[in-house]
Amino acid sequence: MSATGIGAAVRRKEDIRFVTGRGQYTDDIARPGETRAVFVRSPHARARIRQVDVSAAKNMPGVVDVLTGRQLAADKIGNLICGWMIHSKDGSPMKMAPHPALAAETVNFVGDPVAVVIAETVAQARDAAERVKVDYEVLPAVVDPAKARSGPQIHAVAPGNTIYEWALGDSKAVDAAFAAARHVTRLDIINNRLIPNAIEPRAALAEYDAGTDRLTLWNTSQNPHVARLVISAFVGLAPEHKLRVIAPDVGGGFGSKIFIYPEEVVCLWAARKLRRPVKWTAERSESFLADAHGRDHVTHAELALDAHGKILALRVKTIANLGAYMSTFSSSVPTYLYATLMSGQYDIPHIYCEVDAVYTNTVPVDAYRGAGRPEATFVVERLVEVAAREMGIDPAELRERNFIKSFPHQTPVIMTYDAGDYHASLKKAMELADVKGFNKRKRESARRGKLRGLGYSTYIEACGIAPSRAVGSLGCGVGLWESAEVRVNPTGTVEVLTGTHAHGQGHETTFAQLVSERLGIPIENVSVVHGDTDKVQFGMGTYGSRSAAVGMSALVKAIDKVIDKAKKVAAHMLEASEGDIEFKDGKFTVAGTDKSAAWGEVALNAYIAHKFAGQDLEPGLKETAFYDPTNFTFPAGCHICEVEVDAETGKTEIVNWTAVDDFGTVVNPMIVEGQVHGGIAQGVGQALLEGAVYDNNGQLVTGSLMDYTMPRAYDLPSFKVGLTETKSPSNPLGIKGCGEAGAIAAPAAVINAITDAIGSEDVSMPATAATVWAALQRVQPARRAAA
Amino acid sequence: MPVVSMTVNGKPVSGEIEARTLLVQFLRENLRLTGTHVGCDTSQCGACVVHLDGIAVKSCTTLALQCEGAHVTTIEGLADPDGPLHPMQEAFREHHALQCGFCTPGMIMAALDIVRRRGHDLDERTIRDELDGNICRCTGYHNIVKAIAAGAKAMAKGGPVRQAAE
Repeated sequence: MSATGIGAAVRRKEDIRFVTGRGQYTDDIARPGETRAVFVRSPHARARIRQVDVSAAKNMPGVVDVLTGRQLAADKIGNLICGWMIHSKDGSPMKMAPHPALAAETVNFVGDPVAVVIAETVAQARDAAERVKVDYEVLPAVVDPAKARSGPQIHAVAPGNTIYEWALGDSKAVDAAFAAARHVTRLDIINNRLIPNAIEPRAALAEYDAGTDRLTLWNTSQNPHVARLVISAFVGLAPEHKLRVIAPDVGGGFGSKIFIYPEEVVCLWAARKLRRPVKWTAERSESFLADAHGRDHVTHAELALDAHGKILALRVKTIANLGAYMSTFSSSVPTYLYATLMSGQYDIPHIYCEVDAVYTNTVPVDAYRGAGRPEATFVVERLVEVAAREMGIDPAELRERNFIKSFPHQTPVIMTYDAGDYHASLKKAMELADVKGFNKRKRESARRGKLRGLGYSTYIEACGIAPSRAVGSLGCGVGLWESAEVRVNPTGTVEVLTGTHAHGQGHETTFAQLVSERLGIPIENVSVVHGDTDKVQFGMGTYGSRSAAVGMSALVKAIDKVIDKAKKVAAHMLEASEGDIEFKDGKFTVAGTDKSAAWGEVALNAYIAHKFAGQDLEPGLKETAFYDPTNFTFPAGCHICEVEVDAETGKTEIVNWTAVDDFGTVVNPMIVEGQVHGGIAQGVGQALLEGAVYDNNGQLVTGSLMDYTMPRAYDLPSFKVGLTETKSPSNPLGIKGCGEAGAIAAPAAVINAITDAIGSEDVSMPATAATVWAALQRVQPARRAAA
Repeated sequence: MPVVSMTVNGKPVSGEIEARTLLVQFLRENLRLTGTHVGCDTSQCGACVVHLDGIAVKSCTTLALQCEGAHVTTIEGLADPDGPLHPMQEAFREHHALQCGFCTPGMIMAALDIVRRRGHDLDERTIRDELDGNICRCTGYHNIVKAIAAGAKAMAKGGPVRQAAE
């Protein structure tokens, strides 16, 4: 391992600009003549728009124009789409309702945009937005996903507000296994709706160049290339070659910046219409209404076991709330990113999972860190823990008895796990967490009036999304390969262009580490270029813990091609045959001789081309590769949470957290640990603090950071983090991915710990002090009665 | 429109602004000092923290006109552009206390205020409690806590570190 190569904890290249305030986020960019956009949003969950009167607003100071949904429709701007087709059990396609960027006829959630005010300053735009008069005929709304079917029909295309009724697995085999089971564990689970809250609010800045008839969009995006494709091919604003999308520094995403949203479409449309740059930056309270939410499942799950605790079958029925419209990838989250992970780390012979997706009059729901896999893990890990308690088997022991032990392993729900060692991560985590000493600590807590509990979560996820052929067969509208281009400059410095992007993951460092190691050049001599469709040809962006597993695999291919070409150049320089050229540590050598050429000399010779004829070998040193993975990757591990619950108040404190993860090859352990910490924090947030609350009229009660509880420093402990390693056989570097693991593992670990502490399974998320206190009140009379 | 004058990062500045202009707008839009960020609209996230006459304030809830004649220090003013990083900036980098970087300027400015009020020897509990007004969505705070403890120590050792706000 070199000091800056794979496996080294290299300090991040991007940090200098961030710690000195020189980052360039979308809102930091200012264009000459720029105007500011403020959206007029529906205050009603469901209403018919009778009329929009913009006359008073247009006369306000500084107002350039006010545009409405009817104008958008008149200009034939297309609808936003969901790009993953799901078919119901009966073979019918999902019911995708039209989603215009500005509502013209009806509004379907509080926050649905109906008009936009463009003014010289944001304050002027805000003032004028107050003067836009929208005459609404308020209609009854449906908010609760469990009641969506019997509620008023939101979209003409979707009777019963049902988007699809989908299923995976063999229901007959599952029924037979349940009939033969010795023990059945049943749970009703609500996976709480979350609001992503990346700290950088979403923003869009659009500019039209009439001279070239080109539009440019600066956007807070996790995948600018797909944004360009959708805005071109579906929304139809401009052909791809007439639209440039730039995602500069992006301040966190967690999924919420994958999607193509109304605001960027409207800014582009307005910028061309008005011949002025148009910028929109969300206010935080607006983000609560304008960014896709996450999770929101209502589930009944059953686990069948034999007398020894061997799992025989799993049956799951879920209602997934997709909100008022189908967001970009929303359909895939509760289906192929959820049911396919229901086998967990366990050898489960039969699984059947039914998912009904419904419309409600709420903000659209889509992928949020983990996307489907946290929901699946919560179902499986709660069931296993509860089953162990019910059967009087130690929860770790029950897990051990059911772990998959040989690979590859075909689950009954599509996935083929390629490598793992679940025993190793459980054992290491139990050691690090000092599980042996738990009972002593529990007694010590009891002396202080505290209830101590310990909970496991042995999670698995499918990452490295994904083999294009596989996802294509499941309905995905795009391929999920990745591209890389390596440009070697005549002086030997290197630019790497990747179709992934970064919003905190440190790709400028990790991608450069790979290049530094493979080409034997200083890491300072490598720059990473991403997030600009004029520079990078195409790519699929960053989500699903895919960038290292897929993006760096593409980079390996491109580097190999560069080395092959450079060897040809070196062979001409050194007057040797190409087959005799060896490349190591940045030096080309003729085998068995002391003749050599340095990296920089070969790079220069590739461009000056003095030593070879262009007919034999093309000048230049630049290579592109597209990499399509052969399988998903399967990061897995064990998280152990230890809590103390105050019996008087119900307040939970996390006193120990141990995470042992198997991410395959680790490129930069410092960055990987940081990803684990952040993921756990979001998972703990879901388990203890966060939850979007709507009232019966569809008003978002938790609509600001004053009302929606984000994890703060004092809510969390320091984490003990360890690694085990089985390399992924499905990509050249053996990487599995680490970005989502913490958020996937954590919620079940927390709830398993709290329920262990209080002796009741009746705890929903978020397990606030009030929730846990109420559960304690329910359990204590029963205990007193028993005593 | 009224005119406001203040000293920002050691330089006298003034501007004609609407009375309702917030300090953060004045910094970002008039002075183009975009290192100070806006992450919320309820004074909760702390991405906008700057120092006003040496004390941390949330510039999203401070009117620019309130700062008439004041000395303001932003993240851009902590270190000489061509010199070494401030020890707290260095500690954040060394301990990987940032990922997306958006909350980072506010975190660093808040951290310096913790050191001003609570000294250089900071335990974990103190740092976690004192970070009440700053939200990070990326790091889980683990490395931020370590960085602030280390940065505080380095400031004590490093001799005459430039004051956060003159």
